[in-house]
Amino acid sequence: MDFELSAEQAMLKDSVERFIQDNYAFSQWQALAGSDLGYSANNWKTFAEMGWLMLPFAEENGGLGGSVVDVAVVTEALGAGMTLEPLMSSVLLGGKLVEYLGDEIQKEAILGAVAEGTKTLALAYGEPAARFDLSFAETRARKSEAGYVLIGRKSVVLHAASADGLIVIARTAGEADDVAGISAFLVEPDAPGLRCQDYPLVDGGRASDVFLADTPAELLGEEGTALAALQRVIDEATCAVCAEAVGAMGWVLEVTKDYTATRNQFGKAIGDNQVIQHRLVDMFTAVEEAKAITDMTVMRVAEGAENASAQVSAMKAKVGEAARFVGAQGVQLHGGIGMTDEYPIGHYFKRLMALDVMFGDTAHHLNRFAETV
Amino acid sequence: MDLQFSDEDLAFRDEVRAFLKTNLPANLLDRSDRGLHPIKEDIEAWQKSLHKKGWIAPNWPVEYGGTGWSLTQKYIYNREYFLSGAPQTIAFGLNMVGPVIYTFGTEAQKNEYLGDILASNTWWCQGYSEPGSGSDLASLRTKAERDGDDYVINGQKIWTSFAQHADMMFCLVRTNTECKPQEGISFILIDMNTPGIEVRPIIGLDQDHTLNEVFFENVRVPAQNLIGEENKGWTYAKYLLGHERNIIARVARSQYQLARLKKIARLERRGTGLLIEDNDFRRRIAKVEVDLMALEAMELRYLSQDIAGKKLMAEPSVLKIRGAEIAQAIKTLTVEALGPYGMVYEAEDQLTMRNDGPLGPDYAHGAMADHLYQRAATIYGGTNEIQRNIIAKLILR
Ligand SMILES: Cc1cc2nc3c(=O)[nH]c(=O)nc-3n(C[C@H](O)[C@H](O)[C@H](O)COP(=O)(O)OP(=O)(O)OC[C@H]3O[C@@H](n4cnc5c(N)ncnc54)[C@H](O)[C@@H]3O)c2cc1C
Repeated sequence: MDFELSAEQAMLKDSVERFIQDNYAFSQWQALAGSDLGYSANNWKTFAEMGWLMLPFAEENGGLGGSVVDVAVVTEALGAGMTLEPLMSSVLLGGKLVEYLGDEIQKEAILGAVAEGTKTLALAYGEPAARFDLSFAETRARKSEAGYVLIGRKSVVLHAASADGLIVIARTAGEADDVAGISAFLVEPDAPGLRCQDYPLVDGGRASDVFLADTPAELLGEEGTALAALQRVIDEATCAVCAEAVGAMGWVLEVTKDYTATRNQFGKAIGDNQVIQHRLVDMFTAVEEAKAITDMTVMRVAEGAENASAQVSAMKAKVGEAARFVGAQGVQLHGGIGMTDEYPIGHYFKRLMALDVMFGDTAHHLNRFAETV
Repeated sequence: MDLQFSDEDLAFRDEVRAFLKTNLPANLLDRSDRGLHPIKEDIEAWQKSLHKKGWIAPNWPVEYGGTGWSLTQKYIYNREYFLSGAPQTIAFGLNMVGPVIYTFGTEAQKNEYLGDILASNTWWCQGYSEPGSGSDLASLRTKAERDGDDYVINGQKIWTSFAQHADMMFCLVRTNTECKPQEGISFILIDMNTPGIEVRPIIGLDQDHTLNEVFFENVRVPAQNLIGEENKGWTYAKYLLGHERNIIARVARSQYQLARLKKIARLERRGTGLLIEDNDFRRRIAKVEVDLMALEAMELRYLSQDIAGKKLMAEPSVLKIRGAEIAQAIKTLTVEALGPYGMVYEAEDQLTMRNDGPLGPDYAHGAMADHLYQRAATIYGGTNEIQRNIIAKLILR
């Protein structure tokens, strides 16, 4: 048993932290969040050059063969900077699904470019009625002589607008809530019958609703086999999200400690009040719990533990709750300036809120974990 | 003990209900329903129609334009008002400075300001907080120096809600530095068009503009704009806080928003079923509803003590703390009800420029904006921590 980072992991962490220091001052974040693209193409090149995009792919697919533990090291460090680049959507969701599901030709055609950052992907799995249930899909695929076409609507697809390719989950058989009959498809961004409604997210991210009207699509892998791979991809991505939340919470805790130590009211630092100290201790404890359960879960998932998926839900429930608490208290202890757009703390609150929702909120995962009780 | 209202009270309730139902404009209701701030022109027009009806200032004494209602009637009116979904009337004039003027002002001041407040001809803002003086308001430093018939004001206010709309500000200024901080503060009325005043916007978490910084550089304000005596401003400011009590718990507003949450949960799909069928979610709605019931019971109990002539001490702070926490819990659940669409947020000025429909379900619009704004409910008007300090002082002797 060892919760310490290996020498390579420590180096990886350092390199991400240095990147954040150089490229993610809050003013830089603001400029990117407000830009058309929503992130920096230059930063994206750096992500590629540093090997962060290759990290999670197997060596035979042009990757570095990194584990979910390695990925968590990266996303935790990125979390402190509230980064906006599409690592999650293109690599951890889109790319990984291609790796788990695609045939050799598809992997060959796609993964190299994704790992080099020259092609970005978006994964359209959610639907308006599905909430966080991965097997619920009303979007359908119809097979004709010319191939498949898709009909339906996917919701809150991360970074769809800037993606060079979409992967869409659709049903090739069964009713909307059947577990069987789920397939994945590759869709070109300029495919006929494809319409995207693009919008910002509360945390500065970007997403779209994707409307498919007889949109031509290429089957990824084999028909009806996507659900297990999708669940695995989402479980692993949930590990990355929790690590990111831990990084963001750590930032909130540090900044709030600093602020309460320097802000004076009634002739002393507000942090001199014991009630503020206890609140900071509660925040600290929440971060410690979140960090520990995330590390433990990430290691279990990396080992391929049998009940890994339930463990992921336990982690997400705990981390989601912590994220909400730490984010909200960060704002509260800043008073008025916590409520402003021009000061970072409120944006971290919003990022943490979005991370709680992503891949299922606390309630969803607690319900899912409860099924194992 | 008796929970029933009298027949007259019930008839009064029906009258209020009927009036609101017929007269509340649909666009105003829609924005309020979603939790969005009203448009200035809309809320002014609505306040003018309440004024015409004679109901704009139930708490004011009759001689100044109040209704002469009993405490029970005021309670009923307030409750029906918020249960109708109507947005709160702008408090700065009607609930804050108005009562200060009719209580401590000169005849000239009463004549000058009260009529326009009742008629919603003037928009007021509250100039209390400063960059260095938030919770510790008494440390404020914006200076007013007497020069002939004027005070000359220099300094800065911050977090001034809706100062961009304001014609007038009621302002706390320092007139004496050689004493206990509370004893050197004066309460003065400032015309926002006076030279030397600059209002700068502060954009909020919701990306909306409600907050401002207000800078004063040699702003000359006639000495006749001083309320009461010089250096007695702290007393007037504290009096004013007492006057917010009737809206502090926001029970009826929260009940209205809880009903909206339930409506959303009944529409929101969850696979082949509906969110409302999820036992866990229903339980959490139930929890907030139970909390809200206790809050309502506390409010009623305090009302009855008030009627019986008992002096209230810690109670308003209890109501403020729980009222804010419960309002926040409802907004958090409302955003949570939206599932993945709970991550979506676009500032309103951008949103209104779209022609590709609402983002997600139509009922999602407004939920996040209100959720974000309501984070301030535990900060403004005395933070929850400060309220707890107040209660501790009062009950732990
Ligand atoms: C949306 C909004 C609207 C507002 N509108 C107005 C307005 O119209 N006019 C106006 O004058 N002001 C307005 N305010 C200002 C508001 O009254 C102040 O923000 C509030 O008094 C807190 O002051 P502060 O922001 O300086 O925080 P601080 O006083 O610096 O407090 C920071 C944190 O420290 C805590 N703290 C401070 N002292 C203690 C203590 N002794 N013990 C324990 N904890 C403590 C606080 O609870 C808070 O969590 C508004 C604020 C907001 C957010």
